[in-house]
Amino acid sequence: MKAASRRQSWLIALPVMALLLWTVVYPNVAVIAGSFENGLGHWREFAASPADREALWTSLVISVASVFASLAIGVPLAFLLGRFEFPGRRLLRAVATLPAALPPLVGVIAFLFLYGESGLVTRVVQRALGMAEAPWRLKGVGAIVFVHAYTMYVYVFLFVSAGLERFDATLDEAASGLGANTWQRLRRVTLPLLMPAVAGSALLVFMNALGSFSAPYVFGGGLRVLSTQILASKINGAMGLAYVETTVLALSAVAGLVLFRWLDRKRRYTLASKGGRSRRTIRSRRIQILTTVASAVIVVALVLPHLMVILVSFARDGAWTTQVLPPEYTFENYRRLFTEAELWKPITNSVSMALIATAANLVVCFIAGYLIVLRKFGGRGLLELLVALPWAIPATAIALGLAATFNRNDLLSGRVLLVGTFWILPLAYFIRDIPLVASAVESSLRQMDASLEDAARGLGASWMMTLRRVVLPAARPGLVAGGLLAAVTAVGEFVASVVLYTHSNRPISMEILAQLRALAFGTAAAYSVLLIFLVLLMTLAARSFEERLA
Amino acid sequence: MTGAPDGLARSENRDDKGGRGPLALNGVTRRFGEFTAVDNVSFEVGPGELLALVGASGSGKTTTLRMAAGYEAPDSGTVTLGGKDITRVPPERRGFGMVFQHYALFPHMPVEDNVAFGLEARGVSKVDRLVKARAALASVGLEGAGGRPIQSLSGGEQQRVALARALVIEPQALLLDEPLSNLDPTLRHAMRDDLRAMLRRVGVPALFVTHDQEDAFAVADRIALLKKGKLLQVGTPEELYNAPLSREVAAFIGRGSIVPAIDKGSTATVTIGGVARDLNVTRPKGVAPHLETAFVVLRPDALELSRSAGVLAWRGRIANRRFAGGVIVYRVQLADGISVDVESLSGEAHEDDNVSISPLKGPFPLVPA
Repeated sequence: MKAASRRQSWLIALPVMALLLWTVVYPNVAVIAGSFENGLGHWREFAASPADREALWTSLVISVASVFASLAIGVPLAFLLGRFEFPGRRLLRAVATLPAALPPLVGVIAFLFLYGESGLVTRVVQRALGMAEAPWRLKGVGAIVFVHAYTMYVYVFLFVSAGLERFDATLDEAASGLGANTWQRLRRVTLPLLMPAVAGSALLVFMNALGSFSAPYVFGGGLRVLSTQILASKINGAMGLAYVETTVLALSAVAGLVLFRWLDRKRRYTLASKGGRSRRTIRSRRIQILTTVASAVIVVALVLPHLMVILVSFARDGAWTTQVLPPEYTFENYRRLFTEAELWKPITNSVSMALIATAANLVVCFIAGYLIVLRKFGGRGLLELLVALPWAIPATAIALGLAATFNRNDLLSGRVLLVGTFWILPLAYFIRDIPLVASAVESSLRQMDASLEDAARGLGASWMMTLRRVVLPAARPGLVAGGLLAAVTAVGEFVASVVLYTHSNRPISMEILAQLRALAFGTAAAYSVLLIFLVLLMTLAARSFEERLA
Repeated sequence: MTGAPDGLARSENRDDKGGRGPLALNGVTRRFGEFTAVDNVSFEVGPGELLALVGASGSGKTTTLRMAAGYEAPDSGTVTLGGKDITRVPPERRGFGMVFQHYALFPHMPVEDNVAFGLEARGVSKVDRLVKARAALASVGLEGAGGRPIQSLSGGEQQRVALARALVIEPQALLLDEPLSNLDPTLRHAMRDDLRAMLRRVGVPALFVTHDQEDAFAVADRIALLKKGKLLQVGTPEELYNAPLSREVAAFIGRGSIVPAIDKGSTATVTIGGVARDLNVTRPKGVAPHLETAFVVLRPDALELSRSAGVLAWRGRIANRRFAGGVIVYRVQLADGISVDVESLSGEAHEDDNVSISPLKGPFPLVPA
């Protein structure tokens, strides 16, 4: 019985493991192997190149700075909204996570419209101060960190807010009963207990910033970072160097992962989910006014990018030059998207590729989650590692691995020609989203009582029926939530797409970039609004699906 | 702001063990919106005295304790310590030792850092506070446990750590929220005795909250019984048991059936199934004689069970038989929908037997409606 069930586990696991080894591990091994194709030659080339050394350094500086900037915004905001009651709190809470709803490239172009040299805010400040030139330039490390802070502080905010919500209020009371003042309590009790949330979100920001492509690509202005260097090397045909750069980028990510795990090593506790601390009403009139004004400013800053993209999507292409606001408005941009075949193509491309990738994610991650959570068998650890692996590898590195592996038909070395076909992008999206969907499914299944499966079998249900009637319903919330996240990220994906796309399967993000280059701001913005709309549509669809089933 | 407490919490030069004198709540009221959680409650706990705040959940006992500790501010009324008004003094400057229901031990600190935390907040040097923390741990029977993580402790050990943490700051008063409710029954009985011994040794006012009247009887010197925010009675366990002020108090103390009676001053007549018996009663102080509606508490040890049918006895049938150590407790269903518990040394009677019940000499507690 025991041996039979173990054999069955392996039988189910093997195809999934084989698929993951082939699509996740193999390409990365190919990249590393490729970097050594002429011994240490490519590595010497990398070490000798001042551009590459600068790129590595800049990538690390941007990542660390993004972490600190995100913490500086996210932690105080979480405390303000979690611990205090003030006029405008609900509005601020409602928009606090808004930046996460912007696909990465859309956030970047919104910032361009607002804070770029001819952006709205820049022009307003310039006019107000009567300056001859723009007061700042949206370029370089500062600009990139600025955008990163806007889009990535949400991780910190959400993690720390959740930590504060789970925070056992009696610990704080116990500390004050023992004589600790506000500052002592913050330093010795609250912050140490929030460290796991802070560290976890900081790691997320670090990984995202390190792999970030859109902001450096658009705002770089000659600035080199690893992810853009990789693309440049690939375009120049210097594949060996691109392999080295990719390996260095992936190694930096893994080093960051290990470093954060090490910093968080001593933790042996979890926060009890008792919570129950009520928010304190701010009584001082002056501080009340100050908080309300500050939150109004934050609300405007958070909503402005969205509003700006919507506004520009109605601007006539080419008309907005030196004015503060676009001078002419039209529905033309939208009309063209829906009527011109060439402009419509990216939309169907993105949607179909995202749906294909998500469907594959759901199937593979359900099986993997089932095996990891409910089956005790020898290969569990390996499977867990395989589904988590893509998370540790920056998207550019994943994309380059695919480009290096699936570039020809060679059955002996397990290669299939996918580069240049439609299928390479769904594959890339699928790989990127495996950790997302798998962890959602796993957490759903962990809440299921493991004896339910035994009970169903004991009642005479076959294995298939148990899976369908007991395990699948238990995994459903995770499948819906994970599937939604996967579809949303895939439909706006940019980083892997820019490495792998072809003209015929170009996604929306590539078309936005192309329109931007052609200075067709209105069309680019219309695509962006459409993308936001698609994300909204998917969210609503997932919600109504979940409600109908629940 | 160094966080060092003012003179109130400092107690190095304390001569008497009683700290600053009795802790008193004077007519405190606390409302949450429309709901009055605590309604005009007054009581005093003397130095070295152990007072149990007893009541069902929602009775306001925890809110009362939290007002004593300073975590809640009363809407009206005052809290005083040794006659000094401390109603507006925040918890961090009261210098009270509090033991929380789930202990509220800091999960990120080892045992001795938890115990030393109050001293750290008072700016005591690291060496001194470790010495004191270890001594406090020894006093609760946890020598050498200082370096252990909190997660490795059993429930009973966690409770001792919480107690040591409250004691090490030489508190002006001790407040304990359901200190025994998270322990398993065996440990709980042992801890009752330990807790009482430890609290008496400290010699400051001690106030503890419990929903379990057995815990209260076993540990407290006096009991304050709360219901729906109102204080029903304060007194020694004997007073509450023998002279409950009201039917509600008698019902909460339990161990007996409350039956209607005709009040005749020093006696009362109880009629069950047409058989009337006059019983000696104790009357609560200040209750007018010859009440219109009165009740008498029939306790299991004040009744006698007989298998022969006495003329003046109440007749009934044994519904349930339960062995309780040295005695057998029978639940007997009498007429008029009344059932009583009777203790008997004899185990001869069995379920469904017809028996008769007679009251012993008494006196029986009489209570108003």
